[in-house]
Amino acid sequence: MAIFKKNFWRGGEPWVWVTAAGLTLVMLLTIGFFAIIIINGLSALWPRDVVRITTTSGDVIAGEIIKKEFRHDKLHRLQLKTANRDVNGYDFKWINANTISETSYPPDIYVLERLEYGNFIGYLAENNPPHIQRHFVSGELRHEIDALVARIDAVHMLIGTYNDQLRAEEKNTPVNQENIHRYQNLIGMYNHGAEILEQELDTYRALFITADGKEKHLRLAELIRFYQPERMNIFAKTVHYAKKVEELLFDEPREANMEGGVFPAAFGTVLLVFIMSITSFPFGVLAGIYLGLYAGHGVFLQLVRVAVNNLAGIPSIVFGIFGWGFFVHGLGSSIDELFFVETLPEPTFGTGGLLWASLSLGLLTMPVVIVAVEEALRAIPSAFRDASLALGATRLQTLWRVLLPAASPGILTGFILAMARAAGEVAPLMLTGVVKLAPSLPLDSTWPFLHLDRKFMHLGFHIYDISCQSPNVEAAKPLMYASTLLLVVIVLLMTGSSVWMRSYLRKKYSVSSGF
Amino acid sequence: MEKDAYVMELDDGILHVKDLDFFYHQHQALFAISFAMPRHQVTALIGPSGCGKSTFLRCLNRMNDNVPQARVLGSIRLNDLEINQETLDVISLRRRVGMVFQKPTPFPKSIYENVAYGLRILGVRRRGEIDAAVETSLRKAALWDEVKDKLQQSALALSGGQHQRLCIARAIAMEPEIILMDEPCSALDPRATKKIEELITTLREQYTIVIVTHNMQQAARISDCAAFLYEGKLVEYNRTDIMFTAPRIRATEDYITGRFG
Repeated sequence: MAIFKKNFWRGGEPWVWVTAAGLTLVMLLTIGFFAIIIINGLSALWPRDVVRITTTSGDVIAGEIIKKEFRHDKLHRLQLKTANRDVNGYDFKWINANTISETSYPPDIYVLERLEYGNFIGYLAENNPPHIQRHFVSGELRHEIDALVARIDAVHMLIGTYNDQLRAEEKNTPVNQENIHRYQNLIGMYNHGAEILEQELDTYRALFITADGKEKHLRLAELIRFYQPERMNIFAKTVHYAKKVEELLFDEPREANMEGGVFPAAFGTVLLVFIMSITSFPFGVLAGIYLGLYAGHGVFLQLVRVAVNNLAGIPSIVFGIFGWGFFVHGLGSSIDELFFVETLPEPTFGTGGLLWASLSLGLLTMPVVIVAVEEALRAIPSAFRDASLALGATRLQTLWRVLLPAASPGILTGFILAMARAAGEVAPLMLTGVVKLAPSLPLDSTWPFLHLDRKFMHLGFHIYDISCQSPNVEAAKPLMYASTLLLVVIVLLMTGSSVWMRSYLRKKYSVSSGF
Repeated sequence: MEKDAYVMELDDGILHVKDLDFFYHQHQALFAISFAMPRHQVTALIGPSGCGKSTFLRCLNRMNDNVPQARVLGSIRLNDLEINQETLDVISLRRRVGMVFQKPTPFPKSIYENVAYGLRILGVRRRGEIDAAVETSLRKAALWDEVKDKLQQSALALSGGQHQRLCIARAIAMEPEIILMDEPCSALDPRATKKIEELITTLREQYTIVIVTHNMQQAARISDCAAFLYEGKLVEYNRTDIMFTAPRIRATEDYITGRFG
C-alpha cells in the first residue's frame, strides 16, 4: 500500500489536478463576470410588466417590479419602479409582502418615457379630447408635433443669428442706428412668433391619472414614447427593444446621463484609442526595434530594459498626473501663449482635451508595445538575419523585408494588449480631459474636423459617473449595465479584429512553422 | 605543419588564404591558416566541433563582421580582390560569395519571393528578368519540378530538404562565383541529404564550393579537396582521395577513421 501511495504522489497526478482546479476557478470567475454583464446588459432595455398593488391599508401603487427578496423561500418584499418622480417625489419603493392584499396587471396602464423627470406610469383620462385619445392608440399627432418642434427650433436659430448680427453692428463705428433698430425689430418679431408656436404646442397635452388617483397634465412634445406593456406581445416588445438599443447606440444622453443614449461616450472611447494608437505605437515600435536588434547588453541598456518593463506596472493615475502637469499645464499652456494669444485667458490647449488624454494613454501603453516588439524580434532565430545579410542585403533591408514581417504577429499582440488596456483606463482621463457631458463631439463637419483640444466623453467614465455620481443611482442602473456591456463589446471588437489579423499574419509569416 | 607549394598557391585557385588569424575578444580561434581553394571544385573543411571550421568559412564572406569584438588578421584573396580589408564593399562581396546555413532558413514569403529576394534587394524590377532568374535558379537547385505549380505559395509549407534546396536556389540566383555551405545536411534526413549531395556534385561544374561537414563519408563522396582543422590550426590539406587513403599526419588518420573527434 505504501508503495502505491508513493507512486501516486511521484507520478504527478495530484499536481495535474491542482493546476486543473486553478484553471477551473479562473474560468468560473470569468464566466460569472461575463454572465452578470451580459444578462443585465441585455435585459436592461427590455420592457417590464407593470403591476398594480393594493395594500392592506388601502393604498394603490403601480410600477415595474425591479427586484424580489426572499426569506425562508417566501417572498419577503419587492422593489417597484413607481416612476412619477414629479408627482410623488420618489420613483422607487419597497413593499413588504405581508402588506399586499391584491395584485393585478392592468392592461390599460401606460408607461410614458419623458424628456424630464423620468418615466410616468398611469392611466389615460377619459375626458381628453378625441384626437388626443386617438393619438395614444395610433400616434397620429406625432407628425404635427414634430413639425411644430422643428419650426420652433428654426425660429430660435434665426433669433440667434440676428442676435449675432446685432452684436456685430453694435461694435461697428460709427454705430448704424438704422440697422440696429432693424435687427431689434426682427428679433422681437421672431420672439413673438416663437411664443405663439410654443402656445400652440402647449395645446397638445393629455390628462393622465396615476394609480392612486392623482391627475397630471403632460405635454405631448415632452413624450419620447409610450407603451402599454400588458398589451404588447413578444413581437411588439422586440420592436420596442430594438428601438431602445438604437437609442442607446446613436442618441445623446438625457437627464444627467441616466436616460437616452451613450453615443458620444462610445464615440469618444473609440476615437481616444485610435488617436492613442497612431501617436504612440510608431515610437514604441522604433524603441522596440532598437532594443531588440541594435542595443547591446551593457549595464546601462539593461537598466533601460528594466525601466521599460516596470513602466508598464506603474499605476495609471501617475500617468494621469504626469499628463496633467506636463501636457496640459506645460505643453498646453505654452501652445496657448504662442498660438492662441487672442483667446487668452480662456485656455485652448491649456486645459484637458482629447490630445492630452491620448498622449497620456500613449505613454501608459508604450512599454507594452516596446516589450512586445523587442521580444518578437528576439524570438526570430539569428540564422534568418544571417541568411539575409549573406545574400548581400543591408541591415535596413533585412529588417524591413525579413525581420519585421516575421515579427509582425508578435508586434500585433503588443498592439492588442495596449489597445485593450487603453480602452479600459479611466483614471488618467479624469485628469486630462474627460467630462460627464461634452457639448460637442471632437469630430464634426467644421474645420479642422478633428478637434483635438475639445473635451470628450468616455464609456468608462460614463459608467463611473452614472453608477457612483448620479443623483438617482437606482434609475441609472439599466443604462449602467447597458453601457458596461457596450464597453466590453467595443473592446472585444477592437481586439478581436486585431486577433483575426494576427492569426492571418501568423499563417503567412511564422518562421517556426517550417520545422 | 608542413607548407608546400601545392597548399599555398594554386594555378587554378580561386581563393587564396594566407596567415589568417582570428581573434574573438582575447581568445584566438584561428592560427596562421594558409591554403588555396581550387576553382570549380568542392573543398571540404573537416575537423572536430569547435576547431574553427565555421569561423573560417564565415571569414570568406565577412559574416564575422556582425560578431562584436572579432578581429581578423591575414589575407584572403578572391582572384585578385583582397577580402580582408576595411574599404571592401561587403555587400558586393556577398553577392559573389553566397552562403547556405546549417539550418534551412526559408524567409516567411512565397517560394518565388524567396528566390527573387537577392534580386529585389539589388533593385531589379523587370518582371521578366526576375521570372527567368527564379526558374533558372530553381532548375539548377533541382527544385523546379517540385514547386513550379506553387511558386506563389508560402515557402514554409515545403519539407526540410526542399527548404535547403530553396536556400541553395536563393544563393544561386545571385550568380555567385563561390558557394559556402555550413553543414548543409546536418538537419536533414538521409534521403534529403542524398539529394543535396547529388546537387553539390552538379553545381561544382559552374561554381566553386566550400563545405563544412562532420560526415566523413560525405566529405569522401563529394569533395575534391579536403582540409583538416584541429584546434584552430590547419593540420593537413590535400586532394580528398589522397588524404582519405594515405594521410600524411597521424591526427588526420585518427580523425578520419573515427578514433577521436
